[in-house]
Amino acid sequence: MYVAVKGGEAAIANAHSLLADRRRGDRSVPALRLDQIVEQLALGVDRVMSEGSLYDRELAALAIVQARGDMIEAIFLVRAYRTTLPRFGYSNPIDTGAMLVERRVSATYKDLPGGQLLGPTFDYTHRLLDPELAAGADVAEPLQRETEAQAMPRVSAILAREGLIEPDGEMPQDHIPGDITREPLEFPMARDVRLQALSRGDEGFLLALGYSTQRGYARNHPFVGEVRIGEVELELDVPELPFAVPLGKVRVTECQMVNQFKGSAKAPPQFTRGYGLVFGQSERKAMAMALCDRALRATELGEDVVAAAQDEEFVISHSDNVQATGFVEHLKLPHYVDFQAELDLVRRMRAEYEARENPDVLEDKKEAAE
Amino acid sequence: MRGQEARDQAERKAVMATLAQASGGDIARLWNEAGLTSEAELLRGPETGLVTVRGRIGGGGAPFNVGEATVTRATVRLPSGQVGHSYTLGRDRKKAELAAIADALWQDPAQRQTVETVLVAPLRAAQGEAREKRRAETAATKVDFFTMVRGED
Repeated sequence: MYVAVKGGEAAIANAHSLLADRRRGDRSVPALRLDQIVEQLALGVDRVMSEGSLYDRELAALAIVQARGDMIEAIFLVRAYRTTLPRFGYSNPIDTGAMLVERRVSATYKDLPGGQLLGPTFDYTHRLLDPELAAGADVAEPLQRETEAQAMPRVSAILAREGLIEPDGEMPQDHIPGDITREPLEFPMARDVRLQALSRGDEGFLLALGYSTQRGYARNHPFVGEVRIGEVELELDVPELPFAVPLGKVRVTECQMVNQFKGSAKAPPQFTRGYGLVFGQSERKAMAMALCDRALRATELGEDVVAAAQDEEFVISHSDNVQATGFVEHLKLPHYVDFQAELDLVRRMRAEYEARENPDVLEDKKEAAE
Repeated sequence: MRGQEARDQAERKAVMATLAQASGGDIARLWNEAGLTSEAELLRGPETGLVTVRGRIGGGGAPFNVGEATVTRATVRLPSGQVGHSYTLGRDRKKAELAAIADALWQDPAQRQTVETVLVAPLRAAQGEAREKRRAETAATKVDFFTMVRGED
């Protein structure tokens, strides 16, 4: 028998209006505008785009303000929104070699074509809170330096010349890129599908796993071959036009992790690679993704799978923070009936346990009752 | 393909790229300043949908899906018969409509020069300036390594 219990409609409606009030906060403080969030909380916006898996700054900003700055809630909102839209197709693969680079560093080569461009980085700051910022001080325009535009080939291309590094990851000729938004996850997965899951994966989770590989759980001796951030052109093939139609530019962060590899039964000693590519400016995420990508290639490269970061099913099944938060947070929803059943069961087990442990007490009780 | 046709296609694509990168506000402002016609029949949209962005493993390897992006598209027909298309990142429907009309006008030999002069050229110039500014700002953060000589001789 199923008994529906109703109630709570008024409480829910009132909770929602209370939420709206608390979200807005003190009305004497000006309301945030979306362009303020896009401009001044840009990296938060980028994280929501990356893990929400939807490139749209204004929507991400709206999600952040609607979620009161709760990033996972904002990511959830974006994911929900994207299910409402029709799909126009798959873009042509972006060319990160043709990026308008805003930051590019390599930890493996000091002098590389195009040079080391620090860009707008937190690195080398002293991590001291700035009271002037709190006071709303004006910010000076950045300096400019006139230079010839220089080609900036990916660093992997430089290493490849010596033949000591594996090539960019190839898939079989007839392979069609998998899409986790269309087909359910299946293990083992191809690397392309894994990369899609990692690119939208939770930054904190991937960061912790990447860190674990550095601390000795699936150690793989990583170097940052290159991190680059900048805008790339997006193009789409459409039937109505005889050429790929340009859609505009998206900012992405790419990380080429280079890993020492002593060789195995399947491959000679060489440098292997992990790859990270995420929406927006987020090198922490791109680096963590690259570390995880490399760790997850253990089987392909004939390494023993001994650590969590190498366990594809473990990593990919738990990397999505919308799924994770859904399952963890559903625990607070009413489980009254489940719990009543369990309560009954525990009472019965406890009675049996007590009967076993203290048969005399039970006897005494019985006698007393009689 | 004949040379002229290939050149036309490359130019049309470049115009579409300029419009796609421009803000809806800038397009509308130039449009109004120049008094361009926006008389056109909407054949499709403007409608917003998703395009899945693809990257390549390792930067140059096999394609994989990175995530999606919002894209708005429109198709229009001018009273003179030209059909114009637009696809542009984001959800700006007015921008998509104007960009499609601009594409249609550009295909009309009588209008092409006007579209180039009053709309595309200023947008292109502004975009080029912004790109050069960004490049110069980044260049100022380039590391110039130098070697310190220590000790005698």
